[in-house]
Amino acid sequence: MLVDLSAMKKIMILGVITVLVLIMSTGIGDLKIAPWKVVSVFFGGGTSLEQLVVTSFRLPRIIIALLAGMALAVAGGILQGMIRNPLASPDIIGITGGAGAAVVAFLTVFSNDDNTLMVSIKWLPVAAFTGAAVIAFLVYFLAWRKGVSPVRLVLIGIGISALTQALTTLLMILGPIYRASQANIWITGTVNGSDWQDVWILLPWSLVFILLSFFITRQLNIQELGEEIATSVGGNVQRQRFLLLLMSTALVGGAVAFAGGIGFVGLMAPHMARRMVGSSFGALLPTAAFIGGILVMVADLIGRTLFLPLEVPAGVFTAAIGAPYFIYLLFKTRNS
Amino acid sequence: MSDILQTKDLTLSYGDRTIIDELNIDIPKGEISVFIGGNGCGKSTLLRSIARLLKPKQGSVLLDGEAISRLSTKEVARKMAILPQSPTAPEGLTVLQLVKQGRYPHQTWLKQWSHKDEEIVQDALKATKMEELQHRKVDELSGGQRQRAWIALTLAQDTDIILLDEPTTYLDMTHQIEILDLLFELNEKEKRTIVMVLHDLNLACRYAHNIVAIRDKQIYAQGKPEDVISCELVKNVFDMDCQVSRDPLFGTPLCIPFGKGRCILNAVGETG
Repeated sequence: MLVDLSAMKKIMILGVITVLVLIMSTGIGDLKIAPWKVVSVFFGGGTSLEQLVVTSFRLPRIIIALLAGMALAVAGGILQGMIRNPLASPDIIGITGGAGAAVVAFLTVFSNDDNTLMVSIKWLPVAAFTGAAVIAFLVYFLAWRKGVSPVRLVLIGIGISALTQALTTLLMILGPIYRASQANIWITGTVNGSDWQDVWILLPWSLVFILLSFFITRQLNIQELGEEIATSVGGNVQRQRFLLLLMSTALVGGAVAFAGGIGFVGLMAPHMARRMVGSSFGALLPTAAFIGGILVMVADLIGRTLFLPLEVPAGVFTAAIGAPYFIYLLFKTRNS
Repeated sequence: MSDILQTKDLTLSYGDRTIIDELNIDIPKGEISVFIGGNGCGKSTLLRSIARLLKPKQGSVLLDGEAISRLSTKEVARKMAILPQSPTAPEGLTVLQLVKQGRYPHQTWLKQWSHKDEEIVQDALKATKMEELQHRKVDELSGGQRQRAWIALTLAQDTDIILLDEPTTYLDMTHQIEILDLLFELNEKEKRTIVMVLHDLNLACRYAHNIVAIRDKQIYAQGKPEDVISCELVKNVFDMDCQVSRDPLFGTPLCIPFGKGRCILNAVGETG
């Protein structure tokens, strides 16, 4: 009885919408493919051209977009509950900034004088993930004083975040312009160029942590009542905080490694979910996950179709389509 | 009556400042105990420390004779609940969702929600007269209703001991009485041990079996209100002159402070 019936219905509807968006999005592009044909291609049908476009070009990036959106949304929900602040998001505790700095550093260190990479670009996600993890633990370590308090975590996170951004900017300015624009696209967040190899790494990683996160909803529910109540009802507050932080770092680390620093999803999706299904995390996390997945898929769809032949990073549109809807939601519910 | 909660040479401090110094106290089982004392005397700090929300600098708190620091926090949570001062619920949380969290210490990974949990939650809502309001959002309730919702949460924890830090603060008189009546009934009917901090000395005298007056990092006096409350105690604990009379309805001590104000005694005569 963690999730009540009406919330369950909404989650199922969102699940269906997610699948529909995935199918529609796969069909849209230079070559238009009808949704039912997309489905038939999934099951081995369609022409060889359709096969190629769907399975080689579009599906990997769409799946990466979906997974990254889900992971960021769940991580944002976890952080908002743990920090008990609606403004908390993966950016605020430095995780995204850490990944960004690591990517720029990677591009700088491993480029030779001709600006070509000396190692495979496949190592970029590893660098991003490492950056995210290192910064997350650094923030946690610096925030520790007989336990970690959410306020210290946020303040130190903001401080470290600013540092990583300064480092990123410095490296970008010192390096050649080509590298700066390469890094900038990554920092904005893009799923362009994703292939099945990426999918087979991110898919199990995100699914494991998204599924695991549904086992910690009880802990999140009591964390959100504040440290004192959480202790009163028998929660081991510090251990739970560490676990929750670890979980969101794993989720965000994976997402930014393959989709870059896609912003705003981690902040917005949990809020939208809260307005749909209320504050109980049993319903909130799955709802946020689907909303996040839909958001990034739609953002990527717009980015790769609306400005052809230009490819605009999905990260531009998560904010561009998300923010107005977000403000509308807040506006609509301002009196209730 | 056995003592369900004790402290042994308990010393509490914030940084270098000692708040409570080597304090020993026995809290009787099945009674209502109320901590009183002036602002900043450490009565809330003491309560929080008994509830393991604050680690002692020295000494220990014993629950049923066992040091609380040796018990797992879940074990303690099955025996003792605490309602801190003015807790806040997250936006949009319903009363029912809030109260359900009280079942946390009774649940495990495998057994997440049982019929018994449901029953106890509904009983808690009934006892606090929150049944009708269970689907309302906590942040939309009035002060009195909200406090009843939080008390329902501690009841759902189904513990023998309930600690409350100033449960009547910010409530008007009607709701203060309502909350204290509720706690009194819980004690009468279910023999729950209640320990709380109250500001209103007269209400403390009416509801408490056991008064604990705190001054100078120590217990100044402890006992039945009718035995311990005197002009001298009020003078020493609150630094206030008063006359101690009797509550005309209950017969419990009634403290009438001296001071300034409109005196119309002569105009209306002695009988009032």
